[in-house]
Amino acid sequence: MESAFVIETIIKILVVLGLFSALAGFATYVERKVLAFMQRRLGPMHVGPWGLLQVLADGIKLFTKEDFIPQGANRIIFMIAPVITAASAFIAMAAIPMFPEFTIGGYTVRPIISDINVGLLFVLGVMAIGLYGPLLAGMASGNKWSLLGAARTAVQFLSYEVVTGLSVLAPVMIVGSLSLIDFNNYQAGGISNWLVWKQPVAFILFLIAGFAETNRTPFDLLEHEAEVISGYATEYSGMRWGMFFIGEYANMFTIGFLASLIFLGGFNDLGFIPGAIAILLKVFFFIFLFIWARASWPHIRPDQLMWLCWKVLMPIAVINVVITGIVMMF
Amino acid sequence: MYEVVAFYLFAALTITMFTITVMTKNALYAMTSLAAGMIFISAFFFLLDADFLGVVQIIVYSGAVMAVYAFGMMFLDTLKDVKEKNPSKKIVFFLSGMIALLLVIILLTPMISDKVQALYPVSDELGNAEAVGIVLFTKYLVPFEVAAIMLLVAMIAGIILASKRMDESITLKVDEEIEKEVKGSQ
Repeated sequence: MESAFVIETIIKILVVLGLFSALAGFATYVERKVLAFMQRRLGPMHVGPWGLLQVLADGIKLFTKEDFIPQGANRIIFMIAPVITAASAFIAMAAIPMFPEFTIGGYTVRPIISDINVGLLFVLGVMAIGLYGPLLAGMASGNKWSLLGAARTAVQFLSYEVVTGLSVLAPVMIVGSLSLIDFNNYQAGGISNWLVWKQPVAFILFLIAGFAETNRTPFDLLEHEAEVISGYATEYSGMRWGMFFIGEYANMFTIGFLASLIFLGGFNDLGFIPGAIAILLKVFFFIFLFIWARASWPHIRPDQLMWLCWKVLMPIAVINVVITGIVMMF
Repeated sequence: MYEVVAFYLFAALTITMFTITVMTKNALYAMTSLAAGMIFISAFFFLLDADFLGVVQIIVYSGAVMAVYAFGMMFLDTLKDVKEKNPSKKIVFFLSGMIALLLVIILLTPMISDKVQALYPVSDELGNAEAVGIVLFTKYLVPFEVAAIMLLVAMIAGIILASKRMDESITLKVDEEIEKEVKGSQ
């Protein structure tokens, strides 16, 4: 019994790791293509049909590039930092129920690595740990641009964590559980049961905070090219640089899964569409939204970021929680 | 079997990390190993089926240590070793060793005499968060509310201390204006 459980878990871990590494690579291709079409260009075209093999070429380039460590850097921390980002992005996925249960040869598979009853908090907490990667990278690089990137990481982490937590608090109050499976089951039975209709404000706040947590435009101050060269990643090259980006794209998928599970009905069947395909469509919609926002919004300044977080988003989130509480009481 | 392996693994990791925190002279190593140790501690909560406390450990301490990093960034050159001045090392080592020994004895005595029992054991019917909530809002309601008021006081104090000249933005000012003000104030 126990050994079967261990083998099953190891297989699940390998599937998640392989699948999302590949998807992260593929997402870079999709991002370049969508950005190109939005800016009336063609994007990658030369490698393979429609540039599809560009991902592979990029991978070969990243793996064969020299792993460079600057002389003034703190070697150990410099080498650990990208691993933290990539690892925590995948560890966060351990508590996400990706698909509905299914059976292979009479054996029921639950597509979640570890079903802990505080799944939502676990995912958010571990995802936030990922920001230690940029912070340590910036502080260990021995470079002023990197240090500025690290300082911005600390600021962004400390402020947007608050908004994420407060925005999911209202849905948690309605569902009465922190388990993502309970969230999914609460919204069973069609579009009208989706939590986004009850909590539209929380949904928008969560998305905005998600952009900040995954370090995407318009909140990508950590590596703002025009201001701080490449921020925390200035000194990185090769696979260590690649690991930061695998982490970032894996986090995009995590936020996509979380937003679909909490607000958009999760993996419940959607009319004639089976649940597994429904959640994939939702997740890919969010990925597209991330790219769309990148194509259409400019970066914002750090002081605007702070203003938005503490003077706009946090009060709205608190008011939302209070109103939800009052409505639930009566 | 797996639980025993995991326990000893994380016990060794936690002790190593906190040893580095205490022994190192480099602020970056100290802060990083502190953060790592705090996160490894959460593994013990997970092993005891206290998922909620484990996650809270991760969230609270990752944020708290991040604030320590911000201070480290402001006050120290984190890439260089800090020159410490402790002239009488023997006394420091003796005292801290004795305090540690005392703490271990205090915590171990009830365990040896077998008087430890779980007042609120993990139950299968109630989730972790519910169980914590019930205890917090019945037996420990007063300490909980007092802690909330203390946090409120601390927050107001922080706002008052930091709110000097909050109505003007330093970012939007030109450098010369700031320099002029600095000269004027001297």
